[in-house]
Amino acid sequence: MSASTLPSELAEPASDHQLLEVSLGPQHPSTHGVFRMDVSLDGEMVVKLKPVFGYLHRNHEKIAEKCSYLGSIPYTDRLDYICSLTNNWAYAMTVEKLAGLVAPERAEYIRVILSELTRLINHSALAGFLLQDMGALGTPLMYAFREREKILDLFESLTGARMMCNYMRFGGCRCDLPPGWIEQTRSLVANFPSFLDEFEALLTGNEILQARTEGVGVLTPQLAVNAGVTGPMLRATGVNYDIRKVDAYGVYGRFSFRVPLGERGDVFDRYMIRILEMRESLKILEQALRDIPAGPIIDPKAKLRNLRPKPGEAYGRIEGPKGELGFYLISDGGPNPYRYRIRPPSLINLTILEDMCLGQTIADAVVILGSVDIVLGEVDR
Amino acid sequence: MNGFGIIKGMIETARNFVGSYHDAQRLTTVQYPEQKLPPVENARTIPFLVFDGDDAMAGLRCTACVICEKECPPQCIYIVKDQVKKPDYVGKMQMQPKVFDIDISVCMSCGICVEVCPFDAIKMDQVFELSTGDRFGKLLLDKHQLAKPNDYFVKIHKTEASEIDVRREEDKRKAEAAAAAKAAAPKSPATPGAAK
Amino acid sequence: METIEQIKARIEAAAPGTRAEIVLNGSPANQPSLLLDCGHARAVAQFLRDDPALAFDYASNVTGVDWPEKTIKEKIKVKKMMEGVEKEVEEVCERKTPAYLEAVYHLYSMARKHGPLILRLRTENRADQVALPSLTPVWRSCEFQEREIFDLYGIHFEGHPDLRRILMWPEFTDYPMRKDYVEADDYEYEPTPHDAVLARARQHYPGGTPA
Repeated sequence: MSASTLPSELAEPASDHQLLEVSLGPQHPSTHGVFRMDVSLDGEMVVKLKPVFGYLHRNHEKIAEKCSYLGSIPYTDRLDYICSLTNNWAYAMTVEKLAGLVAPERAEYIRVILSELTRLINHSALAGFLLQDMGALGTPLMYAFREREKILDLFESLTGARMMCNYMRFGGCRCDLPPGWIEQTRSLVANFPSFLDEFEALLTGNEILQARTEGVGVLTPQLAVNAGVTGPMLRATGVNYDIRKVDAYGVYGRFSFRVPLGERGDVFDRYMIRILEMRESLKILEQALRDIPAGPIIDPKAKLRNLRPKPGEAYGRIEGPKGELGFYLISDGGPNPYRYRIRPPSLINLTILEDMCLGQTIADAVVILGSVDIVLGEVDR
Repeated sequence: MNGFGIIKGMIETARNFVGSYHDAQRLTTVQYPEQKLPPVENARTIPFLVFDGDDAMAGLRCTACVICEKECPPQCIYIVKDQVKKPDYVGKMQMQPKVFDIDISVCMSCGICVEVCPFDAIKMDQVFELSTGDRFGKLLLDKHQLAKPNDYFVKIHKTEASEIDVRREEDKRKAEAAAAAKAAAPKSPATPGAAK
Repeated sequence: METIEQIKARIEAAAPGTRAEIVLNGSPANQPSLLLDCGHARAVAQFLRDDPALAFDYASNVTGVDWPEKTIKEKIKVKKMMEGVEKEVEEVCERKTPAYLEAVYHLYSMARKHGPLILRLRTENRADQVALPSLTPVWRSCEFQEREIFDLYGIHFEGHPDLRRILMWPEFTDYPMRKDYVEADDYEYEPTPHDAVLARARQHYPGGTPA
């Protein structure tokens, strides 16, 4: 408030304040894409917040109902375009459930390696974006993207594309690892902790970051569970629920790793959980790279073209970097899925956005949104 | 101590700034138009059609089976079959495409067409400087623009191409051996069906 | 986790008058579901969430499915008297499946780490009786997902706190995920190689393409 404000204006009772309605987005750098929040402000305080979706809606589900089971895989890349490989995996796993296919062991190991690398990409990029939302323009994000580039190089040499990988298939993976890939990944995994240490030295102890995040956007575990919040956001509230542990899908049951849990459920915990999860991902990667067996990479029964599963339905879910990523497929025996549904973690994590933002300042609302970790390709589908 | 975290962070930034002058791990970017990164063997951008020999249209491997057209998720391939057949590499008469267009403004570079092609006829290219001022004309590539020789395929995807070449050589050898055996076998005029 | 038969028995004991029916699933996934009647759905949901042994505190996935009327031709063998002799003949019998919209809920338990339990609710038909009880008061996670079903399938969830369109714009009138949805033809009028699209656009804009 400027010095020119009249004292009479300051003394006005809160009930007489005119609420200021601000449409934050869709073209706003803090909204991570085309997302809009209709915010009502009392001074700087948020008193109402309604998220508005649909700017990136292309009815992915309808498109997939008109595509063959194989043809939907490249579209899943474009859901959460930062983590295309985990999307591939969730879809491939659900089709495997629906059609009764089993991926060979080597393929399962490759999937674990790729999805943990994806988790590293997602969490480091998120930390960078979150800091960007707080006003640390560029630097942390640039460091995060530099490390991401190195992982994308690995993806490119394996799958042929950096972001739209289109790599996993129902019943296995598309092609085997190129020579030298394991060694390159091993050296990346060996170097990654030093980046994390640097990143933490830059950020975690920073007093400005602490002041901006501690006690901001607190979420209680009861509300988080009831609202279906999943992933790092849920674990930041202290609820121990990681689908990698609960379902032990793929070969996750064979690795020893811990599930980091938060205490207070504020933005700082959400940031910290992601840093700690990256360290656990590195542990999984080390074990997976050590144990990966030789063998085929695709189920010989898997028929990529003209797959016609028996009529029935299946729900498959994985622990994506943003939360529970589920696919629900109904087959009527035809070459296309009868119903194809995605459970988008970032959309459902936004359910409690208003609850977290009420009573906070508008600047904090931006930080809270950043800590939810949304990608609009997945929210709007 | 308050403020210590910020100083620690400043030290990190300084270390990265100085490091970017001598450490390749800290500076991963290149000055693009002047410098280019080495090509990656598996990289893919848009599809192209492989042909054998010198004549692009005569050596086209595509048999216009339209599997890729059907499977293409964004439906960017348009094929019209030609009525005139031509012999393929083992001498069998095959269909050929009269029109084979790919709308690369629609293509999403997924590589499904390559995966489903049973004739190794369509492969993924690595060209990426495709920008053009003409949005509609120049982004619709016809079969003459799409056709590229097998040598080019060998150059960009060495492992995959040499495997395919070995397999095709083998097929060719077998076909020639079969033809020779057929020619050597005594003809029996009593079976009119043999003329087929 | 208890078997679905046990859960069904528990539900019927807890909420008297409930008609629950087990819907089998033909796929190897082996995920059968429970079809509930609309009148007792919310009471059942409350019970499933609060029962300490079941503790389905987490509604993971909520989705709609459209089942339009479909004619199924079946060959059945019938015994008939033909010329005084009983004979077995094949007859083609046509059977119509009823048309309805369905909401499917996938429940998990975070406290007990089991699941999924799949609930289904069906509307009377696809035209005018499309109301279902909302389960948002029981699980907040249904809020956006039920809104999405309302938006894309047109199921009205009674008791939903904020039932508006979510992905489509408010003025939109149709339900795009229904099987009989006719795609709009007033877009992509630019000269593209898709002749079919161009032809559709010309039909939509008689008298030349719009500027």
